[in-house]
Amino acid sequence: MSEVLDKPEVQKIYIDARGPRFSASITAIVLATALVTQNKWILVAQGLVFLIGATRGPQFTPYGLIFKNVVKPRLNKVAPTEDVRPPKFAQAVGFGFALVAAIGAFAGIDALFTVAVGFALAAAFLNAAFNYCLGCEMYLMLVRLKSK
Amino acid sequence: MKTYLPLVIVLALASAYGFWWKRKQGAIRSHKAIPGHRLSPEVLGEALGSRATMVQFSSAFCTPCRATHALLSQMVTSMNDVKHVQIDAESHLELVRELDIRSTPTTIFINKDGVEVGRAAGTPKREQVLAALAAIN
Repeated sequence: MSEVLDKPEVQKIYIDARGPRFSASITAIVLATALVTQNKWILVAQGLVFLIGATRGPQFTPYGLIFKNVVKPRLNKVAPTEDVRPPKFAQAVGFGFALVAAIGAFAGIDALFTVAVGFALAAAFLNAAFNYCLGCEMYLMLVRLKSK
Repeated sequence: MKTYLPLVIVLALASAYGFWWKRKQGAIRSHKAIPGHRLSPEVLGEALGSRATMVQFSSAFCTPCRATHALLSQMVTSMNDVKHVQIDAESHLELVRELDIRSTPTTIFINKDGVEVGRAAGTPKREQVLAALAAIN
């Protein structure tokens, strides 16, 4: 009954589960700074990070590389692993919010910038502080809405 | 121009939601059942457990689905009257709509007749699963 989940062609890549949570903490700090300073260039930089995370994978973003090279060597060697697809999905959602925020900033709609950055920050903060799984809560509802 | 108000609002709302979400993760709730709905062996693609079946809806973008699957499949190895079935939610959307499943993992506890007696969103704890199963005869 779980054909899609077990499909051999869906190549399963497992990464250190602590990486995405570390990256979410940095993301939350960066987005909070963008929100407080209303600085669109900070947001654009974070948007590029999201783009790398959504296309290549969260382990290849600058934050992922900091985790791998600086943080991971200092942590317990026994690493919990997770499928790369859920954090990759979350990066894509983050990119969506960043895109809307950038449109708001460059079109001079400050409220749109503030609201979109606010949503992206909320998602990153929930992931960092509560280990919130965005894909668990959003993906099925998106599929349900799309196929109506 | 610096403004702290949006930051304070976002962090306050996200924290409130986060605590609420964390608290309901894994909790087994009995009032979500769809009245009159029965899960048949034909729909599940295999026979039901002689006392109970745990039907776990999973998706690809879901980290706790793997942990839930590991817990439940390990638990049923020592129970001969309880089964664990995993369903890919995305490829069974009609069933997902019928049962109004909104997030993954969602585990539906059904009795021998396929009637829902409870459901858990998120990974339940071992004791919660045991308590839910004990209430089914």
